Amino acid sequence: MTTMHSPALEVAVRPRRRMPKATLLIGLVLLLVLIVAAIFPQYLARYSPTDFDYEAILQGPNAKHIFGTDNFGRDILSRIIYGTRVDMQIAIFTTLFPFIFGTLLGALTGYLGKWSDAVVGRIADLVVVFPFLVLVIAIVAVLGPGLNNMYIAVSAVGWVSYWRLTRGEVLTQKKAEYAQAGRVLGYSPSRILLRHLLPNAVSPAIVYLMTDMSLGILLGASLGYLGLGAQPPTPEWGVMVADGKNFMATAWWISTFPGLALTLAGVTFSLIGDGLADALRPRA
Amino acid sequence: MTAPHLSVRDLNVRIPTPGGVLHAVRGVNFDLMPGEVLGLVGESGSGKSVTLRSLIRLHRPPIQMTGTVEYGGQNLLAASDAKLRSVRGGQISMIFQEPMSALNPVLTVGEQIGENLREHKGLRGRAAQERAAELLDLTGIPSPRARLSDYPHQFSGGMRQRAMIAIALASEPQLLLADEPTTALDVTIQDQILRLLLRLREELHMSVILVTHDLGVVAQTCDRVAVMYGGRLVETAGVNDLFHAPKHAYTLGLLQSLPGAGEHRRPLQPIPGGPPDLRSLPPGCPFAPRCAYVTEACRTGEPPLLEVAPGRFSACIHYDELPALKSTLEEVGV
Amino acid sequence: MHSSYVIRRLLQIIPLFLAVMVVVFVLIHFIPGDPVSAILGDRATTENVARANRELGLDKPLIVQFGFFVNQVLHGNLGESINLKVPVLRLMLDRLPVTLFLDVYASVLGVVMAVPLAILAAVRRNTWVDSLIRAVFQVGLSLPGFYVALQLLTLLGARLGWFPIGGYGVTFGDHIYHMFLPALTLGLNLAAILVRTLRNSVIEVLTAEYVDFARAKGLRSRVIMTRHVLRNALIATVTLLGLNVGGLIGGAVITETVFAIPGVGKLMIDAIFGRDYPVIQGLTLVFAVLVSLVFLATDLIHARLDPRAELS
Repeated sequence: MTTMHSPALEVAVRPRRRMPKATLLIGLVLLLVLIVAAIFPQYLARYSPTDFDYEAILQGPNAKHIFGTDNFGRDILSRIIYGTRVDMQIAIFTTLFPFIFGTLLGALTGYLGKWSDAVVGRIADLVVVFPFLVLVIAIVAVLGPGLNNMYIAVSAVGWVSYWRLTRGEVLTQKKAEYAQAGRVLGYSPSRILLRHLLPNAVSPAIVYLMTDMSLGILLGASLGYLGLGAQPPTPEWGVMVADGKNFMATAWWISTFPGLALTLAGVTFSLIGDGLADALRPRA
Repeated sequence: MTAPHLSVRDLNVRIPTPGGVLHAVRGVNFDLMPGEVLGLVGESGSGKSVTLRSLIRLHRPPIQMTGTVEYGGQNLLAASDAKLRSVRGGQISMIFQEPMSALNPVLTVGEQIGENLREHKGLRGRAAQERAAELLDLTGIPSPRARLSDYPHQFSGGMRQRAMIAIALASEPQLLLADEPTTALDVTIQDQILRLLLRLREELHMSVILVTHDLGVVAQTCDRVAVMYGGRLVETAGVNDLFHAPKHAYTLGLLQSLPGAGEHRRPLQPIPGGPPDLRSLPPGCPFAPRCAYVTEACRTGEPPLLEVAPGRFSACIHYDELPALKSTLEEVGV
Repeated sequence: MHSSYVIRRLLQIIPLFLAVMVVVFVLIHFIPGDPVSAILGDRATTENVARANRELGLDKPLIVQFGFFVNQVLHGNLGESINLKVPVLRLMLDRLPVTLFLDVYASVLGVVMAVPLAILAAVRRNTWVDSLIRAVFQVGLSLPGFYVALQLLTLLGARLGWFPIGGYGVTFGDHIYHMFLPALTLGLNLAAILVRTLRNSVIEVLTAEYVDFARAKGLRSRVIMTRHVLRNALIATVTLLGLNVGGLIGGAVITETVFAIPGVGKLMIDAIFGRDYPVIQGLTLVFAVLVSLVFLATDLIHARLDPRAELS
């Protein structure tokens, strides 16, 4: 039998248009709020984040102190606003280096393949058997508490996810026609890699960057809570939750509001991540 | 005249999408006679597979189906779930295009035949095993008993399609719905599967509705053909009549886009343009924008499907202006 | 499942363990300044430092030290706690069951919460039910563990008095009762992770062609749900649980600290504040080995449940 695939019948189904998601919009609005609070806390906060006020110790939420005051009379709301800067800084610095390093490495080993890919793969296998928090805590314990040492610790561990995502994407893209075409046109490998492959392969990493920022904030706050991250009197949200833990029965507001701020920041980044994942998904 | 085996009247399927409601099937009518093999032909997106799936109400909300599908004195589109379940698989079975995705990867082929035997034949345990092996044997799978405990991914493409047919036939249905059953297969395997289907139809006295975009397959297997375009039936005819003298400009286009064979070889003439967007159809004949015979009348109202010769229906205003083709069934691919 | 696959996976774990030991070994050598002084802390007299150096072999080349370390580890000697004066292994064996109990308990609670809700969300996808479930767990994913722990402790423990505010208890029933809030804290986080992935995986199954084929066969929805959908969801759940074991151990560190539970997580934090480096080193090593073993088990179970697994 001769098969007859009539050319006229081979027509691809047309792509459907995707509506912009509300989640992305809400996430971006919340992010704007966080950024404004991080850059201009002095215009938003009514009180100093660190000055003691022995006239106003352990006050519950009231007209003067909407979120109440802590055991040193510091205004909780003002401390939360100033804390935005610290926690946004944490979000950026726990993810930036892993993102850059992991993405570049993923592009490189995905493109070169062979032994470079195998070696980095084994290292990644090794890194992931250490529970993330345990390894970070152990490194911080060795280097000493503090935010800078935490960034070092996270960078040593956090690159793996970005490496995996970008590597996988580059492997797929490498087979794509435009990369082959570039090779035929005689472009140098570095040009194909940096100008053509990387920009296309980086979108999963960018989506994950958002999720990772929310995880980074949680991690920074957890270390702060444990006393291994930001040190008092820094108005870091995790530290603030820890400050209030002995007053939970009598002054719940000291811990509760910073915790909500943390949750809100986490939700912000995961909403943006979800929205981006939707928007960047190829061929919608 | 004998009563039709299956009778479809005014079938409509609407699929809500983010870009508007997609009216995928628009007022389809046809009858299927007992023992007949009916080919349902059309481009991707013409609504042929959607039509086939509606016959046993396989679409789920939010997809809407209206009209009637008469089978055994029942309207399947309005039947109770329990009744529908006993018809599905029990009397009407369906096979799919891609056996790799239609078979559950984590259940053995034996288990997947077994659940059908249990549901419709009340067979369990050893008896079910025996019958399952018989069915694999019937579809030409070597060492059937041993293969019962294999998973789908352990079968080759052709064997997988045979296994799916065995599953579908487990309940000895009277009607088999086949959705592009050979599209995913190599040419030689395709041929084997089609012969198998024809043989099984003889042995089991089934009717078959075969959805395909491959006119070669139609020529090889079907008694009658229904051509779909833009969610409607545009022409139905006996397979010989259709290939010799198409009565719809679209069918003509399809046949002219086939590479001929032998002395009748002629240049290929692909149909220009693409299929219509079912969310925003132009008034008039949906094929008009691509049609070589188009006149003003074609653009004003959508022509209905009318009997233009005994046993031949067409929805083309210019059906009698179309040239006859010298093509024979042999030439098209048998 | 082929035995060759099992053997191959088992063999892969040996170089991995060796590499884990390198990391843990190197980690301690990153302590700024003289490690022995750091380890000895207040007792770091010149005399003590010299003796410890000799005892620990720290005057030898690094590679010899590493050989010594590996030899010790293989003989089950993880050193001695500086503060508690007890062998690290002994300390760990005493505390590990508590943490394992907590993590298993949390996994059970997490799965019990996540699986039905994920299936419900998938079946009712893109309705308000789905949106609600996803929104709740999206917030749950962003809730810091220590914060949830603290709030549960205050509300259900201290204020309402329904649950004890710490400790581990004596009998099994005691454990269940004492560890409910900590396990719930961890379980909620786990459930958030599970729901997210499981919902998508169930949707993938529900819209898979083989479910349509099963429906075309006339199977009851109950049969389709249990045989076709649940079975696939189970495979996904097992894999997810396995991949999340690191998260559970990390979570235990925080939760045990908040609830004052005598597990290895609390031990780790105490060790860090006590600068008890042998304990930190030993725990890091054991956690990594534990995680690799769970990964291995997950792979084997997955291969058992999913016939396709060995292909990749």
